[in-house]
Amino acid sequence: MKPSPFVHHAPRSVAEAVAVLAEVGHDGKVLAGGQSLIPILNMRLAAPGHLVDINRVAGLDTVEVTDDAVRIGALVRHALLERHDGAFAANPLLRQALRNVAHPAIRNRGTTTGSIAHADPSGEMPAVLALTQGYVEAASAAGTREIAAADFFLGPLESCLTEGEMATGVRFGRFPAGTGTAFAESARRHGDYALAGVAAAVTLTDGVVTSVRASFVSVTPTPDVLDLTEAFAGREVADVDWVKAAEMARDHVDPDGDIHATADYRRMLAGVLTTRVLTEAAATALEGQSR
Amino acid sequence: MTDTTSTVEQQLEITLRVNGVARTATAPARRLLSDFLRHDLRLTGTHVGCEHGVCGACTVLVDGQPMRSCLMFAVTAQDHEITTVEGLAPDAEQMSPVQQAFTECHGLQCGFCTPGFLTTITAYLQENPDPTEAEARECISGNLCRCTGYQNIVKSVLRAAEITHEREAGA
Repeated sequence: MKPSPFVHHAPRSVAEAVAVLAEVGHDGKVLAGGQSLIPILNMRLAAPGHLVDINRVAGLDTVEVTDDAVRIGALVRHALLERHDGAFAANPLLRQALRNVAHPAIRNRGTTTGSIAHADPSGEMPAVLALTQGYVEAASAAGTREIAAADFFLGPLESCLTEGEMATGVRFGRFPAGTGTAFAESARRHGDYALAGVAAAVTLTDGVVTSVRASFVSVTPTPDVLDLTEAFAGREVADVDWVKAAEMARDHVDPDGDIHATADYRRMLAGVLTTRVLTEAAATALEGQSR
Repeated sequence: MTDTTSTVEQQLEITLRVNGVARTATAPARRLLSDFLRHDLRLTGTHVGCEHGVCGACTVLVDGQPMRSCLMFAVTAQDHEITTVEGLAPDAEQMSPVQQAFTECHGLQCGFCTPGFLTTITAYLQENPDPTEAEARECISGNLCRCTGYQNIVKSVLRAAEITHEREAGA
């Protein structure tokens, strides 16, 4: 199908982009990679009258690694971040998760910031932003603000971005030394939307568990974080049976059933995947390789 | 039919560099790159399947990287170098290694998905000139063949890698 008519705006700066957004109000939509937006337009599930195409805005395509974050601009494509060795060294979970984001042809165009702004609970990167306690940076005609991941996602496909506001970038947090991370998902075809997915981070101090956290894809209405620290902290990692975490994951998630899988099956998958990623993350932390 | 504001849709003059040639046509902002190539430039080699990014039939190379032409607007493709299936062969006399491999290995049945496979595999082999069979399968995992002819497409990926090396050795 084809999109309905719209007016195409090609601003050259963030200031210009937010000025257009302020003018057109709820009738405006930001276009970056468009890999989620254009299917919605093609199917006419949305029909904005104005598309603010930010692809020509300078300065939004950079990756910066700092002591406590990996900051990316709104035009950083998934493929660029996936291949970025500095980002991988700072937070291996980024590459681990990005490998599961759609297919290479889509990662070449789609932006990581855009997939987070889209706030799809079936997206991998919202779950990663949540787990890393990251931030979304937003701009509007009124100024800029940063929003913690925990406050950003309000519901399926619903973020706290207001009319006239655009995401200019995101900051993924970094984990403390001694942390291992892992990501796994199950999809009908590799690269398709996951039936269930789990991101995990396990932190050890001298072989003893100090922090265990997980976040989920496709099985929670928003990418909230399940903190399992209380259940496992203080134990020698070699003695931990991560199968016990599966039950907590199953209790935590709240999947919907659809044509692809029942809610019960997704819940079961979430449990199995949780055990798998925690085992892997703990092993990685123990090896001290943090990858 | 009260307030029919018969607004004339915004029309843009769009210039694309396709297969090394600059081509200009006038189209509305909402024209998908896939439709611009097919309808406005008459390059019907690019096929359109699902139009929401699932099937991969419309895959073209944008600055050498495979992308879904049904998930881009022509207007946003203006700054980039587009390669369609029509631009893969080195000249009129010779097929590209991937095209040659598809003929040798019977990598196409009805041919509908073929342009998307050819562009996808061409880009993949440039980054990974010696794929294993498992890697060949992963390389094509974003493209659907409605004849489900995947076995021969996997063989074609591996054969295309061989042909590339043969041609390099012979050159």
